[in-house]
Amino acid sequence: MIHSLFLINASGDIFLEKHWKSVVSRSVCDYFFEAQERATEPENVPPVIPTPHHYLISVLRHRIYFVAVIQSEVPPLFVIEFLHRVVDTFQDYFGVCTEAAIKDNVVVVYELLEEMLDNGFPLATESNILKELIKPPTILRTMVNTITGSTNVGEQLPTGQLSVVPWRRTGVKYTNNEAYFDVVEEIDAIIDKSGSTITAEIQGVIDACVKLTGMPDLTLSFMNPRLLDDVSFHPCVRFKRWEAERILSFIPPDGNFRLLSYHVSSQNLVAIPVYVKHNITFREGSSQGRFDLTLGPKQTMGKAVESVLVSSQLPRGVLNANLNPSQGAYTFDPVTKLLTWDVGKINPQKLPNLKGTMNLQAGASKPDENPTINIQFKIQQMAISGLKVNRLDMYGEKYKPFKGIKYMTKAGKFQVRTYQHFLMVQTSM
Amino acid sequence: MLEPDPNYFSSFVCSGEIFELKAELNSDKKEKKKEAVKKVIASMTVGKDVSALFPDVVNCMQTDNLELKKLVYLYLMNYAKSQPDMAIMAVNTFVKDCEDPNPLIRALAVRTMGCIRVDKITEYLCEPLRKCLKDEDPYVRKTAAVCVAKLHDINAQLVEDQGFLDTLKDLISDSNPMVVANAVAALSEIAESHPNSNLMDLNPQTINKLLTALNECTEWGQIFILDCLANYTPRDDRESQSICERVTPRLSHANSAVVLSAVKVLMKFMEMLPKDLDYYGTLLKKLAPPLVTLLSAEPELQYVALRNINLIVQRRPEILKHEMKVFFVKYNDPIYVKLEKLDIMIRLASQANIAQVLAELKEYATEVDVDFVRKAVRAIGRCAIKVEQSAERCVSTLLDLIQTKVNYVVQEAIVVIKDIFRKYPNKYESVIATLCENLDSLDEPEARAAMIWIVGEYAERIDNADELLESFLEGFHDESTQVQLQLLTAIVKLFLKKPTETQELVQQVLSLATQDSDNPDLRDRGYIYWRLLSTDPVAAKEVVLAEKPLISEETDLIEPTLLEELICHIGTLASVYHKPPSAFVEGSRGVQHKRLPGSTGLGESLESPDTGSAAGGSDAPPAVIPSQGDLLGDLLNLDLTPPATTGPPPPPTSGMQLGAMDLLGGGLDSLVFFLFLSPRVQLGGDLGGSSMGAGFGAAPAASPASFSAPVSGGLDDLFDLGGGVGMPMGAYNPPKTVWLPAMKGKGLEISGTFARRAGIIQMEMTLINKAMSVMTDFAIQFNRNSFGIAPAGPLQVLTPLSPNQTIEVALPLNTVGPVMKMDPLNNLQVAVKNNIDVFYFSCQYPISVLFVEDGKMERQVFLATWKDIPNDNESQFQIKDCHLNSDAASSKLQGSNIFTIAKRTVDGQDMLYQSMKLTNSIWVLAELRVQAGNPTYTVSIPLRLKEKKAH
Repeated sequence: MIHSLFLINASGDIFLEKHWKSVVSRSVCDYFFEAQERATEPENVPPVIPTPHHYLISVLRHRIYFVAVIQSEVPPLFVIEFLHRVVDTFQDYFGVCTEAAIKDNVVVVYELLEEMLDNGFPLATESNILKELIKPPTILRTMVNTITGSTNVGEQLPTGQLSVVPWRRTGVKYTNNEAYFDVVEEIDAIIDKSGSTITAEIQGVIDACVKLTGMPDLTLSFMNPRLLDDVSFHPCVRFKRWEAERILSFIPPDGNFRLLSYHVSSQNLVAIPVYVKHNITFREGSSQGRFDLTLGPKQTMGKAVESVLVSSQLPRGVLNANLNPSQGAYTFDPVTKLLTWDVGKINPQKLPNLKGTMNLQAGASKPDENPTINIQFKIQQMAISGLKVNRLDMYGEKYKPFKGIKYMTKAGKFQVRTYQHFLMVQTSM
Repeated sequence: MLEPDPNYFSSFVCSGEIFELKAELNSDKKEKKKEAVKKVIASMTVGKDVSALFPDVVNCMQTDNLELKKLVYLYLMNYAKSQPDMAIMAVNTFVKDCEDPNPLIRALAVRTMGCIRVDKITEYLCEPLRKCLKDEDPYVRKTAAVCVAKLHDINAQLVEDQGFLDTLKDLISDSNPMVVANAVAALSEIAESHPNSNLMDLNPQTINKLLTALNECTEWGQIFILDCLANYTPRDDRESQSICERVTPRLSHANSAVVLSAVKVLMKFMEMLPKDLDYYGTLLKKLAPPLVTLLSAEPELQYVALRNINLIVQRRPEILKHEMKVFFVKYNDPIYVKLEKLDIMIRLASQANIAQVLAELKEYATEVDVDFVRKAVRAIGRCAIKVEQSAERCVSTLLDLIQTKVNYVVQEAIVVIKDIFRKYPNKYESVIATLCENLDSLDEPEARAAMIWIVGEYAERIDNADELLESFLEGFHDESTQVQLQLLTAIVKLFLKKPTETQELVQQVLSLATQDSDNPDLRDRGYIYWRLLSTDPVAAKEVVLAEKPLISEETDLIEPTLLEELICHIGTLASVYHKPPSAFVEGSRGVQHKRLPGSTGLGESLESPDTGSAAGGSDAPPAVIPSQGDLLGDLLNLDLTPPATTGPPPPPTSGMQLGAMDLLGGGLDSLVFFLFLSPRVQLGGDLGGSSMGAGFGAAPAASPASFSAPVSGGLDDLFDLGGGVGMPMGAYNPPKTVWLPAMKGKGLEISGTFARRAGIIQMEMTLINKAMSVMTDFAIQFNRNSFGIAPAGPLQVLTPLSPNQTIEVALPLNTVGPVMKMDPLNNLQVAVKNNIDVFYFSCQYPISVLFVEDGKMERQVFLATWKDIPNDNESQFQIKDCHLNSDAASSKLQGSNIFTIAKRTVDGQDMLYQSMKLTNSIWVLAELRVQAGNPTYTVSIPLRLKEKKAH
């Protein structure tokens, strides 16, 4: 099982270690540092690294490497999922998951880690249970504790840990009972140079914020549940009911949680909400290249495309770029060759355009790489898959809750490949 | 204003501060104490040594403040090891806490105590632990279960002596699912260090309990339970299906580790489901979406998922064959994800999607990352080799890439083009000119070697081949061995093709290789060429310019038995590294190799753990084409291990002295034993079906499943003939089976059988030409075999065999050839040559063809011999469902030269005493008991038989 955990910051310092079995010397991290050195980018460090006596399994989150040490055969996904849970818990407790926040709350961090694993076996990883065991630090509580000498460790056995609904604590009370659901879809797509879709898929989630008194039993139904053929549920969802009736029936955890995540595969027809017209060319023998890029909305059902951000890694030979945006601002980093253009909102009447020239190193040959254009955007009040919630009902409690559903579509990994006229100056055969 | 929470982290421990902390720890004020412990913990957390405060911190342990208690426990766990004597001070408090009315405190105490790795403390732990394992509160029980694993890690003997393992096993039946999950987890961990112990005694009842707990426990518990379930082997397909049905909902779990563990269970149990079952298809369909979903998770999860998907598509490509697009590489995927995706794209590439794949690969070949670009170029070559229809497009794509003049792209492209030439000889030589243009830019040994190979291989089509090779020769000594060897061979090839102009060149390279080199490989090869060229140029031509075997489609497939084992380990480190778990994880020495269970219909074979694999292996995995070395094995000294054969080697059985008996040394035991194990023996013909396992009285219980496969259908066994009296009598001849499939024979398909006709053994073959060209010049040879069987004449194929023509050939055989004991005994390795190539296959002859016509022993001799043999050497088995009377059986058997010497009738039971003689003058005696009206025959074979000279 999980032996130890090391937290390493971007500059390669181990700033926290925790051992659940015998102590493993921190020199084991040297193997990690070696791998880190070999990697060109921080995110290219391989997630599983073998050492003579241990295995290091790591995730990179918020510019911190969480490195778990294991000694015997343990499913790597198990370890990675656990590390994710650690990150989520820190974020939940401290608002952010940064080195500073962890250092400031080092005792709470230690208490949490101790509570999350016992001898390397996960013990309590549900945020609801943890919060009953260890109260999150707040300025108010810190003050109260200092005055009264009380503690931020719960004295009671967390009830949820043993009930059949371990994710929900008992005795929840609210004056305002409310249940909000956010349907958030991310569209991943690769568009080829001619503008046709190579692959497009949607990763969707339904995040909930439920603050309801007592033990409410909710059902959520959809107008078009057929879209959801590939789903992952929060443990609270009754799977049999879903299988039989395509209805989500569940006793919700208290507070924020992810009810469901789903995947609409590339085999379905996925609508692409923006298009890009681009012309990025270099000519043989010339030290200048042309750059011309126009964005436009399509298939957005009349909703506005907002927070648009375009970025592209220009070829290494590009020295600088003189571009003229019709709206927003652009930057070009001559070191990393990264071009970013903060477009803002797309106005369908006046399409945003970025146009100008790129200068190559004098005498440099034509670049061989194809720049890829990454696009980020948001569309409010629309789920691009067309998923729609039909109704939400509550059983088991008498009061009438406030209910709300929000939809949003975002770009995930949305990439447009460009030309780069693959030279074809035929040499004489 | 109140001060904010002090920043513990920045506190720096120097000796002065230790002193200060000491004072604070001993303070009367609770609050001050707590703050001091917090500071101590904070220092400890960042790796500072605060062990000097041990007694002071332990003094704070006796408190009713839970937080303070927890903090002290934290400290204790960290430092107890270095201060064992001091740690004893804490024991009393622990023992007391284990009796606390608050279950949280009880659990905390037992949990902490287990973490203190000090022997003295563990002794005191036993009693509290025993109580906690039976605590009324499940939270305490579940904590105690893990504590057993901790204790086992510290002192395994103690755990066994105290009987904690049994208590732990009992907890598998606990009413609370979390307790069950933790008990399973603890047992699994303990079992890992005891590979041979039977800790997890899985039976249908426990499995049922685990499946019930699976629905209700936490996600982590589900992982433990699923991993445990994967070790179980269901009794039959029905049980297998019912487990699969109950595991399938886990595929929709949000935790990817749960999903992958569920995939493991399903992949394994699916092996047992009959393929025509509707449920089988449903299950296949259900597996795809969760795997695809894993690919939209974080990159680290994707990586592990991809490594596993790589295994899954090798075992069951049909699951993901329509999901090619999800493996398309995104620009900002981490490199380790990109490389894995590429690998899977190639595995899924087929004629249907090759256009898409190629377009993608071409795109990738212009990316920035060098490693990735190289792999993409290589992938294009692999596509060409894998999907024949795409070869042309692949080659033109590669040419486009060569035109980019990007150095590493060009080199990689040349390496793969060489492979394409190996797969499709004489098809794409037109590109050689383009390749030659890039000769100067090649600086990597692999690319140089590939280019030189191409020049040598096609020397006759390249006008200036000699100049090109000469240019390489200048820096001969600076080249790597790979290039030197290739250059040597290429120049010799060139010389053989154009001897007039290149004499000087070949002299030069031979002297460079033999005289000026200190590399033994190079020298040896140089000398061999030299001698060949000087003694026999014709032979040299045959050797050097020999036709090379085509390279196989997928060279990097995982070897099937390893793949099977890895499928059983989906989701583990083993699956990430594609190595068996025994190969690399410390502390798991002696791990039992897991195998996939076989498909159903053979209930018996599943009970013994090591028999299933044969059946499992027989269906899906494509055979890996043996490497060149094997193919080129010398015809007469075939030292190939025989390919999968139908008869098993005689397994050792108690009570039979099979030990070191040598077939030819007079000991016949293994022969006789074999005789009746072989399903092709006439008597045994009916044994192929389900009666197999039961039919063998003394025979081993474990008969591999594949055993019966080739016999079950269509045997004209005498016992199947019902009232077979009056039927034409003749020797039993098995039907023809395919010996050499057209795939392996480059279009030549051979099927055949053996028969004994008029005292002559004949090999009867059907040759079919499924290739596009005419086949001529047939010849045949046998490897040495158990009975010295050899062709009595040449293979008579008079006319050339034109495409789609079929010819029947009967080859008379004699038994005067060289003898070598084969395994199984009746295995025969055959080489057939034609104008295209030499093909090797092995087949098995029915032992009955070796029964000679004069096998009728004189009664007196028979009686004497029979009496000579002690009774306990007798081996018996039964033949079921034979509806012949003894006379009919007797005459039927005579047709196969099994002679009835005498017949006795006792209590309505006919006893037939029979003899047969083998070609090598070995006599076999048998007794056949037939009871009228009872379709079961009993055959007794006395075992210690003597070799008798022919009368």
